[in-house]
Amino acid sequence: MRIVIPVKWVPDTAGEKQIDPDRLTVDRTSVASVLCPVNEFAIEEAMRIKEAHGDDVETVVLIVGPEEAGPTAAKALSYGLDRAVRVTDDAVAGSDALGTAQVLAAAVRTIGFDVVLFGNQSTDARTSLVPAAVAELLGVPSITYARRLEIADGALTADREHEEGWDTVTSPLPAVVSVVEAINEPRFPSFKGIMAAKSKPSDVWDLSQLDGLDSGLVGADAARAVVTSAAPRPPKAAGTVVTDDGSGAAADALLDWMAEKKFV
Amino acid sequence: MSELLVLVDHSGGQPRKISLQLLAAARAVAGDLGVDVAAVWLGPGAADAAGVLGAHGAARVHHWDDADAKGFVTVPQVEALEQLVAAVAPAGVLFASSNHVKDVAARLAVRVGGGVITDATGLAVDGGALVATKEVFGGDVITTSRVADGALPIVGIASNAFAAEEVGGAPAELVPFDVTLSDAARTAPVTDVVQQASADRPDIAEAAIVVSGGRGLGDASGFSLLEQLADLLGGGVGASRAATDAGWYPHRYQIGQTGRTISPTLYLGAGISGAIQHRAGMQTSQYVVAVNKDPEAPIFQIADFGVVGDLHQVVPKLIAALEARRG
Ligand SMILES: Cc1cc2nc3c(=O)[nH]c(=O)nc-3n(C[C@H](O)[C@H](O)[C@H](O)COP(=O)(O)OP(=O)(O)OC[C@H]3O[C@@H](n4cnc5c(N)ncnc54)[C@H](O)[C@@H]3O)c2cc1C
Repeated sequence: MRIVIPVKWVPDTAGEKQIDPDRLTVDRTSVASVLCPVNEFAIEEAMRIKEAHGDDVETVVLIVGPEEAGPTAAKALSYGLDRAVRVTDDAVAGSDALGTAQVLAAAVRTIGFDVVLFGNQSTDARTSLVPAAVAELLGVPSITYARRLEIADGALTADREHEEGWDTVTSPLPAVVSVVEAINEPRFPSFKGIMAAKSKPSDVWDLSQLDGLDSGLVGADAARAVVTSAAPRPPKAAGTVVTDDGSGAAADALLDWMAEKKFV
Repeated sequence: MSELLVLVDHSGGQPRKISLQLLAAARAVAGDLGVDVAAVWLGPGAADAAGVLGAHGAARVHHWDDADAKGFVTVPQVEALEQLVAAVAPAGVLFASSNHVKDVAARLAVRVGGGVITDATGLAVDGGALVATKEVFGGDVITTSRVADGALPIVGIASNAFAAEEVGGAPAELVPFDVTLSDAARTAPVTDVVQQASADRPDIAEAAIVVSGGRGLGDASGFSLLEQLADLLGGGVGASRAATDAGWYPHRYQIGQTGRTISPTLYLGAGISGAIQHRAGMQTSQYVVAVNKDPEAPIFQIADFGVVGDLHQVVPKLIAALEARRG
């Protein structure tokens, strides 16, 4: 069984970001980039499946991004995954979520897969469109928002989290899965894992090496959702602050404010 | 006349609140687009909802009553929409930008050559095309976007961005349609549906008021206090990651970068520091109230009203005062 874990290289949430006025997106040189933290849950789940099923499971981390994304793939390997594929090609720049999905789906097809394990959303764009779009392009079920995942006998069972609880579903493999952070507690990479990552197989591909990719569907010109303006949110005016005297009496001032705003 | 389709998100035979907001969003642009507003209902129950959908401005409701629509994961809904889009050639599709519906939108877009914008907080028409406003990077940046010419616009609307409004329309005309499902649509069955949420308390995405608790609650019992407050206000209850990680409250109520994004009219945080990852899920709330014993807590930077104090004193007093007001 082969599990492919697509990971994303995202700007650090805590970093100050500058908008690139020409490309209307974050200027990636203005902020440090990291492995998307949501991917750590997918990596952990892949490791647990591997540990439960033994050596016949191969785990492959997949990243689409520029050369600078290389260390992010290495970071993913340091958790114990077996090998990495990085797709780097200038033609990918400016892709929307569906264009990115085209590249990921073609790369997954080229690698060969039984399970694709995504995080349910990236911490930067947060559209959550990519896992389902990749599943559609691969022609397999999209078992997203999994808070529990079990794999046995060529099929999976998962609990898909939603607003009111969850749906338990079953699906044959191959399938695309995305996980929410409630699914597990990610381990930290060990020193041994970090050292071993350096010598694990890592391939770098360009788009011409991907099976069945229509490169006309990739990149800025193919994007079907186009950002036309971007501006920072105006700062918020300072509010009222009251300090309680230790008795809870400040609740009255809060209630007055709520009444004034017609919340009560 | 061409149509703007509104995919109705429904549960237990009732349209969710967001669906009525979607109809309001559709009405806001239908005139400029020169289209009718038509609802789409997948699964049983459309006939009972025709009245409310019409009252909120749907001229008709395209419906496919098959239980398979919800009996298998995502793909039956995608195939139904794909076939409907082919039949009626709509000007666009609006959907509730909630988790499972986004999957339907993504797969549909791949099939019909659509362009998807998620989490729109505003809609306009420019040169005959839909333009959506959305907040990105946790609400730090506001963008406008549009779908490329020739692609079907498939636009997800954020909760509470539009106000649902009855406009007094007649019941929506019921227009059934047939769907031919592929074998692939029936490969991933839903075997169990677990409903855990209280039926009496609104979900955090729908609620106009959300009371949210963090590590400062001290333990899980603190959430009973917040539930009491929320119920008095008719609000929902959310949590920080520190609280969900500790197992004090279920993960589906986590607000923030790796949880859910909410935009209630009032967000009231108790014992929450206001870390950037938390703010990413709530800073677009209209009003923010914070109760925190640390005057330096970052949540106060975005609070319209802040109380520096012990929540275990302030919140019970607030509950008592609200109860007294009720009489
Ligand atoms: C990748 C990543 C993703 C994350 N995603 C999320 C997310 O989606 N959502 C999220 O919330 N966090 C998220 N976090 C975690 C975030 O960084 C914070 O750690 C978390 O939000 C803190 O939760 P808290 O405010 O409840 O706890 P703390 O930061 O510990 O704050 C507790 C607050 O309670 C106050 N307090 C204590 N006792 C009392 C009392 N008796 N009365 C009044 N006030 C009191 C304290 O002064 C303090 O300000 C994420 C972190 C990472 C790294």
